[in-house]
Amino acid sequence: MKKSQLMEKLIHGIFLVLGLITVGCVLLITVYLVISGIPAIREIGLVDFLFGKEWASTASEPKYGILPFILTSVYGTAGAILIGVPIGFMTAVYLSKLASPKVKSVMQSAVSLLAGIPSVVYGLVGMLVLVPGIRKIFDVPDGASLLAAIIVLAIMILPSIIKMSITALDAVPKEYEDASLALGATPIETYFKVSVPAAKSGIAAAVVLGVGRAIGEAMAVMMVAGNVPNMPDSLFQSVRFLTTAVSSEMAYSSGLQRQALFSIALVLFLFIMLTGATLNFFLKREKE
Amino acid sequence: MSNIISVKDMSLWYGDHQALKNVNIEIPEKSITAFIGPSGCGKSTFLKTLNRMNDLIPGVKITGDIRYEGTDIFSKEVDVNNLRKEIGMVFQKPNPFPMSIYDNIAYGPRTHGITNKVELDEIVERALRDAAIWDETKDRLKKNALGMSGGQQQRLCIARALAVQPNILLMDEPTSALDPISTSRIEELVVELKEKYTIVMVTHNMQQAVRVSDYTAFFLLGELVEFDKTDDIFSQPRDKRTEDYITGRFG
Repeated sequence: MKKSQLMEKLIHGIFLVLGLITVGCVLLITVYLVISGIPAIREIGLVDFLFGKEWASTASEPKYGILPFILTSVYGTAGAILIGVPIGFMTAVYLSKLASPKVKSVMQSAVSLLAGIPSVVYGLVGMLVLVPGIRKIFDVPDGASLLAAIIVLAIMILPSIIKMSITALDAVPKEYEDASLALGATPIETYFKVSVPAAKSGIAAAVVLGVGRAIGEAMAVMMVAGNVPNMPDSLFQSVRFLTTAVSSEMAYSSGLQRQALFSIALVLFLFIMLTGATLNFFLKREKE
Repeated sequence: MSNIISVKDMSLWYGDHQALKNVNIEIPEKSITAFIGPSGCGKSTFLKTLNRMNDLIPGVKITGDIRYEGTDIFSKEVDVNNLRKEIGMVFQKPNPFPMSIYDNIAYGPRTHGITNKVELDEIVERALRDAAIWDETKDRLKKNALGMSGGQQQRLCIARALAVQPNILLMDEPTSALDPISTSRIEELVVELKEKYTIVMVTHNMQQAVRVSDYTAFFLLGELVEFDKTDDIFSQPRDKRTEDYITGRFG
């Protein structure tokens, strides 16, 4: 009896330690980012750093304004949401409510497959197909642009949006739909007036999840966005995102430049935390 | 009194399983007809066939003839959504939408194209009054319907069904999830409603059938065993199986 109790406690302890490893990693990253991100912001000045329109880290008189990156990330994400959410949402309604079981299972595997494709492959296809395509269709000198990044991101966030929306729509009690049909509403009216409103928190969470995915993506956008620190004045401008700003200079950076990259990472981290908090808010509301 | 629904030789299969066998029944207008029988006898299945809610279940096959006011409900000319507007339904478990009380009632009329606010207000008030729940709800029409008690929710569901002005109200064991007080309120309400509506009600509670219904149909193993005036069924059943059931020998 005593031995088994001891065993029980031991196993309990092991699980606790394993759990703490994850929490520890998060804490470590947070603390590290804050500590290493703050010095550069202090030196450059918060306003100049966040709202400076020019990034010239290797110039003889370096400038460290990251507004181009922030705006690019915000526009890029917003654009991806604008394109990806309607497509993803409609797909989810179709798969959850209208599709036959056979179609549903085939299309859901396709969606899962889309989620499993590495982002470098998205980037590659974007480079080879999308970038030349944009150059030809819109007759611009270079297709590597904000628009290319938006399209790639829109496709990349589809799986998260579709899967999460399906989960929310599938969870709508059938009784609601029966009640609506019994009142003489058509199935389509029922899905849009009863099922979707009943699943709205879950669908909102799906959108936020998409935002998180889009804002954190680095590899694919680096390959298709041109990666030049311009202000994103037009869809056809070559631009650089917050993520790619860090990754493209990190290898050869030093001194204040390197510290500024950490500061960019900190800003990105805050964005991600914000979307995470929003996501939690919606998920909690969904449960209630 | 004329018959509003007439059913001839109607059978229903779920895949290979025959759930209803050769049902023949004439349901009289502006009266309460109760369907009784043990669980799995097909009474709910039959009820859901009358407003074609069974169409939604995959693998269902129906044969025979069901006429509502003389029209075959399965004919191509019949718009199923319109049929369900005329033949309303109240479910076993109260199932108000997760919206305000007002929006619950207004849902049906809005679906059928009424957008005028004044008109909607009138419909909502009339439906809630008809369902005897106006006094309890008039000060909180904008509150979420899920905050009401189970009995109130069920009366709200009745009001919601009434708001599209049906001719017939199908009720599938409407009190089985409710406490005795709520149950008796619904029973009183149902008796009042037969002034204006034809009511068809599935119940597993024989006392309830005796208390409220004018006619009773007894189902057993997918067959309609006996259909008659409620008083006659319970005082002098013609079929031995009916007698065994109502005297509590099985079921």
